[in-house]
Amino acid sequence: MLWARELSHAFGAIRALDGISFTLDRGQTLVIFGPNGAGKTTLLRVLAGLVRPWRGSAGVEGGRRAIGWIGHQSQLYGHLSVRENLRFWGTLYDVPAGDLERREGELLARLGLEARAGQQVRTLSRGETQRAAIARALVHDPAVLLLDEPFTGLDRLAAEELGRLLGELAARGRATVLVTHDVKEGTELASDVAFMRSGRFVAFGPRGGRDAATLTAAYREAVAGG
Amino acid sequence: MAEILRHAWLIARKDLRLEFRSRTALASAFVFTALVLVIFEHGRDPTAVPTIDLAPSILWVTFSFAAMLGLNRAFQAELENQALDGLLLAPISRTSLFWGKFGANLVFVALVQVVGVLLFILFFNVPVWRVWLPFLLVCALATVGFIAVGTLFSAMVVRTRFAELMLPVLLLPFLLPPLIAAVAITVKLFAGRPLSESGGWLRLLAGYDLAFVSLTTLLFPATVTE
Repeated sequence: MLWARELSHAFGAIRALDGISFTLDRGQTLVIFGPNGAGKTTLLRVLAGLVRPWRGSAGVEGGRRAIGWIGHQSQLYGHLSVRENLRFWGTLYDVPAGDLERREGELLARLGLEARAGQQVRTLSRGETQRAAIARALVHDPAVLLLDEPFTGLDRLAAEELGRLLGELAARGRATVLVTHDVKEGTELASDVAFMRSGRFVAFGPRGGRDAATLTAAYREAVAGG
Repeated sequence: MAEILRHAWLIARKDLRLEFRSRTALASAFVFTALVLVIFEHGRDPTAVPTIDLAPSILWVTFSFAAMLGLNRAFQAELENQALDGLLLAPISRTSLFWGKFGANLVFVALVQVVGVLLFILFFNVPVWRVWLPFLLVCALATVGFIAVGTLFSAMVVRTRFAELMLPVLLLPFLLPPLIAAVAITVKLFAGRPLSESGGWLRLLAGYDLAFVSLTTLLFPATVTE
């Protein structure tokens, strides 16, 4: 569903991506761990087609329409209500009106935003805005999810709910690339794990039965080494 | 083509809704227009230069600078929460995005022009209503091309550090031909001369619009690709 071949990119003298290759099939969740500046966000932006890589190529089955994206910012309009935002983005993705209404209702209920649906986004708290951003990313029922630190700003309950939601989406065949610097957060969701440093995957493979503590130790070793 | 226009309409409608709710640029443009007209009204010496000779220049300079306030705002709203990423990722043509922004800018400038003309009649006592139809045509012709160029430049400079300073610097040279033509035609109209006497200027405006609307539509996709 998603592939990257020998991706390389740089910002001036800083090498952000250095020969990254992988493929992801239906239902797989690749969680990429890495310290600040490792190139995680750049990789997601290249996968999404927002940045053209200097070398290599990346693609998503179904093209841009198939991508659900959560970036560092909410991509919501502050002076529109949560529902108006969802309607705008859903219509832009050509979701039929009836389906869109149903999806809006489902997502707002699932993410605990029903009471905030008519409220302008600029009046929401940080956590509520993040939940609205998640609803926005999922409103067109994307086949591939590209998530950049999606747990940021969420309280424990909301983070757990998002974890469950992502698990269900994976069970329904959605492929996910999730980027985070917090190993504990991403471990349970991962079918595959990559450790990233200086634009490279220094370790990459199936998570297997490894728990957060084992992965944390492996991550420290991989990121600190070299 | 229908798809492009439908998406452009969605974007323009969203932009106008945001502007009517926040009223930041509209309020600034209205206040600016009123201030400039008041200053010119009180600062001029009617015995030195007849009002009818001076008024068209004042009117068009006011329109032009008020329009820049709106053009500066065109892409700022998309940066607020990085909504621009969402628009670039959405399965819509870049042309839809450009035409949506262009359309919203045209409506914005038309509103400023309506208020500006009313204030102009009030302060300068120029009988615009006698020539309202040809004057409307001149307004439309003089505005379309200039707003197309302004929309393109607004997208180009929005991610630069001095966007609000850069836009006028880039735009002013392109503003001169339609501004000069509009002033020349308006002088004749207010002096009671028929529109047919300004055939050359009208052709220049039509040619400018045709050339720059086409050119900016073609160039826009390159300006928003990272």
